[in-house]
Amino acid sequence: MSGALAVSGISLEADCAGALYWPEEGLLAVADLHFEKGSSYAARGTLLPPYDTAATLATLSQLIARYAPRIVVALGDSFHDNGGPARLSDDDRTTLAGLQHGRDWIWIAGNHDPDPSREIGGVFAQTLSVGPLAFRHIPEGGDGEIAGHLHPSARVYWRGHSIVRPCFAADDARVVMPALGAYTGGLSIRDRAFAAVFGARDFTAHVLGRRRVYAFPSAQCG
Amino acid sequence: MAPGRATSEGVSLARSTTQAPLLPEVFLRWFGKRGWTPRAHQLALLEHARTDRSTLLIAPTGAGKTLAGFLPTLVELTEQRAKPGKLVSTGRGLKRGGGLHTLYISPLKALAVDIARNLETPVAEMELPIRIETRTGDTPTSKRQRQRRDPPDILLTTPEQLALLLATADGPFLFSSLRRVVLDELHSLVMSKRGDLLSLDLARLVRMAPQVTTVGLSATVAEPAELCRYLVPQPDGGTAEADLVVAEGGAAPHVTMLDTGEYLPWAGHSARHALAEIYALIKKHKTTLVFVNTRMQAEMIFQELWRINDDGLAIALHHGSLDVEQRRKVEGAMASGRLKAVVCTSSLDLGIDWGDIDLVINVGAPKGSSRMLQRIGRANHRMDEPSRGVLVPANRFEVLECTAAIEAVAANAQDTPPLRTGGLDVLAQHVLGCACGAPFLADDLYNEVRQAAPYAGLTRADFDSIVDFVATGGYALKAYERFAKIKQTKDGRWRIAHPRVAQRYRMNVGTIVEADMLKVRLVRSRESKHGYSGPIARGGRLLGQVEEYFIETLTPGDTFVFSGEILRYEAIVEDEVYVSRATGEDPKIPSYEGGKFPLSTYLAERVRGLLAEPKAWHALPPQVREWLDIQKWRSLIPKAGEMLVETFPRADKSYLVCYPFEGRLAHQTLGMLLTRRLERARLRPLGFVANEYALAVWGFGDPALAISRGELSLAELFGEDMLGDDLEAWLAESALMKRTFRNCAIIAGLIERRYPGEEKSRRQMTVSTDLVYDVLRKHQPDHVLLRAARADAATGQLDIKRLGAMLSRIRGRIVHKALDRVSPLAVPVLLEIGREMVYGEASDAMLAEAEADLVKEAMG
Repeated sequence: MSGALAVSGISLEADCAGALYWPEEGLLAVADLHFEKGSSYAARGTLLPPYDTAATLATLSQLIARYAPRIVVALGDSFHDNGGPARLSDDDRTTLAGLQHGRDWIWIAGNHDPDPSREIGGVFAQTLSVGPLAFRHIPEGGDGEIAGHLHPSARVYWRGHSIVRPCFAADDARVVMPALGAYTGGLSIRDRAFAAVFGARDFTAHVLGRRRVYAFPSAQCG
Repeated sequence: MAPGRATSEGVSLARSTTQAPLLPEVFLRWFGKRGWTPRAHQLALLEHARTDRSTLLIAPTGAGKTLAGFLPTLVELTEQRAKPGKLVSTGRGLKRGGGLHTLYISPLKALAVDIARNLETPVAEMELPIRIETRTGDTPTSKRQRQRRDPPDILLTTPEQLALLLATADGPFLFSSLRRVVLDELHSLVMSKRGDLLSLDLARLVRMAPQVTTVGLSATVAEPAELCRYLVPQPDGGTAEADLVVAEGGAAPHVTMLDTGEYLPWAGHSARHALAEIYALIKKHKTTLVFVNTRMQAEMIFQELWRINDDGLAIALHHGSLDVEQRRKVEGAMASGRLKAVVCTSSLDLGIDWGDIDLVINVGAPKGSSRMLQRIGRANHRMDEPSRGVLVPANRFEVLECTAAIEAVAANAQDTPPLRTGGLDVLAQHVLGCACGAPFLADDLYNEVRQAAPYAGLTRADFDSIVDFVATGGYALKAYERFAKIKQTKDGRWRIAHPRVAQRYRMNVGTIVEADMLKVRLVRSRESKHGYSGPIARGGRLLGQVEEYFIETLTPGDTFVFSGEILRYEAIVEDEVYVSRATGEDPKIPSYEGGKFPLSTYLAERVRGLLAEPKAWHALPPQVREWLDIQKWRSLIPKAGEMLVETFPRADKSYLVCYPFEGRLAHQTLGMLLTRRLERARLRPLGFVANEYALAVWGFGDPALAISRGELSLAELFGEDMLGDDLEAWLAESALMKRTFRNCAIIAGLIERRYPGEEKSRRQMTVSTDLVYDVLRKHQPDHVLLRAARADAATGQLDIKRLGAMLSRIRGRIVHKALDRVSPLAVPVLLEIGREMVYGEASDAMLAEAEADLVKEAMG
């Protein structure tokens, strides 16, 4: 289930799996997939289970099945490093190709993957503008911006307990998306980095629940 | 399980005899000058050493245990040195006779250092030509390097240092001359993964130095035979044991329960009501140790005692989260007799005899009789005088626990848990360590590992899974062959792939995994609606460290006690938690997480028995008697073999309270599982709360009604099948389970340890093990690390095994009492509401409630 967001007057749906859908354009946006993070760590001596790409692809598959988008925009850090595409397993490569089939697929450059190797399909770009919305990896705080990079997460307090979940950080003119990657950690929305994006203004944390998205004012979260 | 007794057949109960000719002249003279007589058990150990027998010595504190452990070595070395030095063949060359003779292993590095110092005294006074050195994490690199080349006669060290030494190519050279290994505080070592790792290292030592014998020094345990097996290599398909020497016990401890004149609380663990009485006891004695179950309790009691400290008594605080320097100061002051009392946690359970402690107060119920005996034994500095202990129950139920504990003392009953099965994660660390030392053949290592008692039952399949894990992660998807950490050479030996692997191994040795810690930094409060929100003034003092998960339970603005001060939580900034002083406020002491140990099975059984015997109640304090009498009248007193389930309405909810008496941890797990089942039965549970003897669940649905209609069966509700699918589903989300997995992942070497004070970029480099857990569960549920974590969960924080035993025990013996109001027996557990876990710890329910609250607030 999704929650409704309005950015620069555009109606969007925030899906509890962590994606943003623009019904009018048939556009699905996801951020920070970090494919092949496991194998990246393995190369450096930490043998993480090599199933993260498959897990992230499974989430992506569900989202694409749900919305049947015309366009998919991956907002940067889609691969943990530039060599990621080359390390994809045959199965994952096939799965990805299957998801890309019959739709436009745009890879926005991230800081981890500024120039990924081209063994995969899709179009590579630094930014993407559609109408009043601008899709990029690192948020700059401009109007109409949909960005990733920061991996927002929020701590929600209730009666002496708290729970931490990824979230969309949004106000009426910009959104910072949660990270979709299976091994991606989160950064608290109380971190300075978010103040740099939203200024002194309050923003809303759209927290990912298992079945729907819950909205909290950012100031109420930890 | 019946508790063990301290003696068994075929054991030499060492009695004092006249001096035997086991001691050379110089030693006899030294004893004489001191006015001492060698104790019977010390002579027994000498005898056993003469015949090359490994031995376990069970002795109380103050019985000269350490000297007993070292005398054989001192005597041997003295006798050897009397002969001319000779060259000895190593098989490949010659070396000077000598080299490392004895290794002493203690769980605490401070202990090793203190023992070394104490040992220097007789060695210096007798002018023995013996070199004694320590080796701990604090030993400077240069000294450590020199020790490998030119080792002392006696080396005192920790299990971790031993593991590191064995993981170098020097191992065989260093240990070839080893004749003896002395293991101190063995009873505490074997209870944990540290003991697992040590057992593997021992097995390795015995391979390198077949002539070595082991000596274990231990407090009293339920099953000494288990420790005797731990000390010697286990043959294939059989068992072997070291000899057992039991020292004559000192005077029996004198343990009483504080019979308070104050009103006994119904619940809670603060024992605030008894503080004046505790203070009076401190005043009457020379030095008192006041033991409490948790760090937070220690802080609180310390604060409160000082509030009433009109006589200005020297009262100190000691627990694991305090700065090391502060702890050392307290220890120093204790040793020199300058303190009147120390409020402490299990942080002071181990250690050398602190000297003139004449009273041990245990606040709250001791959770096990063995632990209590060991603790009270600290107040025994003279064998012929009884150690004195006073138990201070914090609430009415604890009176029952304390009564049971005192009866256990009288029966000298021990309830130490059975020996662990060795952890697979520990084995993984060890396998990598072996490869770092020298290439190994799988067959050889498998046989060696099984000689360690905790691993005697290890299957070849499990061993192979571990080798596979160490090499490439143990994944069904073979993606990492080229990143392998260990590789097989042409002759089939496994060797490390790259020196980097050994480097990383050395940085991660050990089985103690700290929770992620945050440094606590004092800052000026910046009062704002949202707590701290801007740059902070630099220069705040560091007060110590606190677990991240503890801070996560606080809301900015909450106050808590730490390091003797009342602090306000401001914010988390990177790896530090900023706090400001909040003096003048009443600290909101956070939820009582419970001590580290739940009520032991043995004591729980005793309490059930006590409860079921109304004739025995006359010995209880009147307030407790009254409580039980009213329970008998209003509801039922469960018989020893039964489990009582009460149902009653309260406010607008319905309650179901059961009394399993299996300890808080097992009850928490039961609570998680029961609420799932009640939800499926459409009884709409809202939450649960558990204490050591009871579990209460409440919700909108009425269980009593459902039972009377035949819609709910208690037998089915408490069926053992809850440990099947329901358990699996819960384990997928459980925060406790994830923490357990994290421990395994770090010990096994999958993830590197995080060190506090590491640069932020480094902290971000480590992947959260929670995420790894989720992915691994979905894609390879039988992975060896998940199996290791499950094994831990069986006995650790989730206590699943105990829960299973309980469910089996009560099958067909559940007694239901439907009531129209809360029963006296249920009051204590209900008073815990608000402090404990609510149903659906990770479900959306909490988010929905939080959101709804906000909406309500906003709508007015």
